[in-house]
Amino acid sequence: MYNSRQHVVTASPQKKKYSCCIPGIMAAALRGSLVTLVKGLGGPRWQQLASRHLSLSAGLCGPETPPSRADTTFKVTMIPGDGVGPELMTAVKEVFKAGDVPIEFEEFHLSEVQNMASEEKLEQVLTSMKTNKVAIKGKIHAPMEYKGELASYEMKLRRKLDLFANVVHVNSLPGYSTRHNNLDLVIIREQTEGEYSALEHESVTGVIECLKIITRDKSRRIAKFAFDYATKKGRNKVTAVHKANIMKLGDGLFLQSCAEVAQLYPKIKYENIIIDNCCMQLVQNPYQFDVLVMPNLYGNIIDNLAAGLVGGAGVVPGESFSAEYAVFETGARHPFAQAVGRNIANPTAMLLSAANMLRHLNLEFHSQMVSDAVKRVIKQGKVRTRDLGGYSTTGDFVHAVVGNLRHRPIH
Amino acid sequence: MATNVYRLQIVNLLRKLGLSINDKDKIKPQKVSRVVGALKNETPQSRNFIRGMQTVTLIPGDGIGPEISTAVMKIFEAAKAPIQWEERNVTAIQGPGGKWMIPPDAKESMDRTKIGLKGPLKTPIAAGHPSMNLLLRKTFDLYANVRPCVSIEGYKTPYTGVNLVTIRENTEGEYSGIEHLIVDGVVQSIKLITEKASERIAEYAFEYARNNQRASVIAVHKANIMRMSDGLFLRKCREAAEKHKDVKFTEMYLDTVCLNMVQDPTQFDVLVMPNLYGDILSDLCAGLIGGLGVTPSGNIGANGVAIFESVHGTAPDIAGKDMANPTALLLSAVMMLRHMGLHGYANNIEAACFDTIRDKKVLTGDLGGNSKCSEFTEAICQRVRDME
Repeated sequence: MYNSRQHVVTASPQKKKYSCCIPGIMAAALRGSLVTLVKGLGGPRWQQLASRHLSLSAGLCGPETPPSRADTTFKVTMIPGDGVGPELMTAVKEVFKAGDVPIEFEEFHLSEVQNMASEEKLEQVLTSMKTNKVAIKGKIHAPMEYKGELASYEMKLRRKLDLFANVVHVNSLPGYSTRHNNLDLVIIREQTEGEYSALEHESVTGVIECLKIITRDKSRRIAKFAFDYATKKGRNKVTAVHKANIMKLGDGLFLQSCAEVAQLYPKIKYENIIIDNCCMQLVQNPYQFDVLVMPNLYGNIIDNLAAGLVGGAGVVPGESFSAEYAVFETGARHPFAQAVGRNIANPTAMLLSAANMLRHLNLEFHSQMVSDAVKRVIKQGKVRTRDLGGYSTTGDFVHAVVGNLRHRPIH
Repeated sequence: MATNVYRLQIVNLLRKLGLSINDKDKIKPQKVSRVVGALKNETPQSRNFIRGMQTVTLIPGDGIGPEISTAVMKIFEAAKAPIQWEERNVTAIQGPGGKWMIPPDAKESMDRTKIGLKGPLKTPIAAGHPSMNLLLRKTFDLYANVRPCVSIEGYKTPYTGVNLVTIRENTEGEYSGIEHLIVDGVVQSIKLITEKASERIAEYAFEYARNNQRASVIAVHKANIMRMSDGLFLRKCREAAEKHKDVKFTEMYLDTVCLNMVQDPTQFDVLVMPNLYGDILSDLCAGLIGGLGVTPSGNIGANGVAIFESVHGTAPDIAGKDMANPTALLLSAVMMLRHMGLHGYANNIEAACFDTIRDKKVLTGDLGGNSKCSEFTEAICQRVRDME
């Protein structure tokens, strides 16, 4: 065991150099620490890394031998959704294949508009999620015609999995200039209650009541999530977005919960802002915000607004969490149905989201490889889809990303 | 003078027929100015005419309100606009039975003049009464809030060429104020959407588009999530669109509008939406053109009442220091003139205001200059006088 590990270490050129340069006892000590480092990293992942290197050098002279991945493949549930979702998933699959990413997808086509949604199918997805814990998902379009069912499948899925927190990290892409550059803010949205409770009724003819539900438990949960996120990612400020001046009870409860949770995190600054003012400030001076936490509908608004600031729905990744599950999707969720089949959708958001998923699965190396490749393509600016002012197709973009996977400097 | 009275009577008559003539007595059909609600809702207007003057109720407001109101009055005087002001102060008073109301003399004045111009009003925290704006809204049933957002040349923001109008339903929706604590820790807020109010606002939006030479109306909704309530709103918009085939009608999700708004606001024209969305989008759009300090606003009510206002705060920190920016109130007053059919005056004053800002010589602090409010006002007055 010891020997084989050591061999793996020396296969990496840089580390080999180290052990050559430093003579005598030092070398022995260093080797010792390297071995512990290797052990600390955990077996399967390290082997993954190594096989990657080897296959790369092998690729130079002959056809690539697929690295053995029997015990290291991760299964991930894939829900392509509607609109350009399937196209974006194809892009992800292509890039993963080219990058030898040890992920296997379990695909489920759940679509309300194509009549492919049923309770049965939803059950299948849930069963798959129970074993996989992780999913990558496009937007399941919710048709607005009311057919007796108030909750859309998108919402049902969210609620069944209890995906309470939606996180959208809005980050400007280097190389693509917009009106506001160098943006870096995180939007955390509660997405199981609020306006999206699907409780509506017609009290008398022509009068419809729609209930917005705010509970203390869920408000505290999302507030805690936001503060934990801020702590983990080293952020300084959490701002709660609300409309408590009008909805004194409902949003008041949310605000109060946030303030209570904030007390437990004295190192993180806590502020609150009214939703309309927040929107106005976002277009005028978005740099004042760090982490934003808000109820459901406001989150929907601010996610999209902020995504618009850095280049649109096609470039911002997002993710949803429950205590158990993680679902990776685009930051601004749109089916973008008018682009279906035209090969013009921008896969950036989905690819970055996929890279985040890899990080979530502890595939740090592959995650970095995919996100670096995407960012490099954007930065070079040669291949751009239409939404970023270019003329390239989705296929061209994916091709460019695949091409860039190879250029990662080997450490 | 007698001819003037005669002329105004004709103007008024023509207005009832949906026509208007400008101050040079030329009929300009492209300036049909029935900005007010649907024609069928028209009630005989009993405006006070004193020597050809129309009376407008002026509510100066609190904080910087009196200063900016004075500025507007000065500019109107310089423009010789046929407006007579009737100043009324508004505070919340408790009527018999403990109901909060506005002072009777203010209500009486508004009922008579039908037109009001209002500065910012402060709502004391913990005063126990609803906000003044809410009170006014309820008193006069101000159902539509109209905010034109037009980029001001010379006042630089990241966005240029913005020219859109948000029309917001103002009486129901999320702001119905009906909330209950069901059990401890669970609150339900009721969003109320009624057929009547949706129909009224949709109808008004199309009327507005038609009367202001706007090509399209976009209904902003979230009917994919709130299938019944927003569904009803949307249905009423579609029905109104059927009646107004000359105006292009599209419907868009709220999130899509937000996404596109910050990327390219120039694609939008007239937007009509329920209360909360309108609140958010109207402030967002104000942000695109430079904030509430330069955004005018008008509220249209039942029975031909209309109140025009600046929507910024009372700014107590600079009150009385001659530093306030009167632009928002002035542009609201310009909206008011258009509403009254006085397009000539409206255009002159608006041009003078925009020219002054474009010139960048005399600007208040918030616009990036260092002039006083009175100097800024004087600069506009000078331009208005030069136009003649």
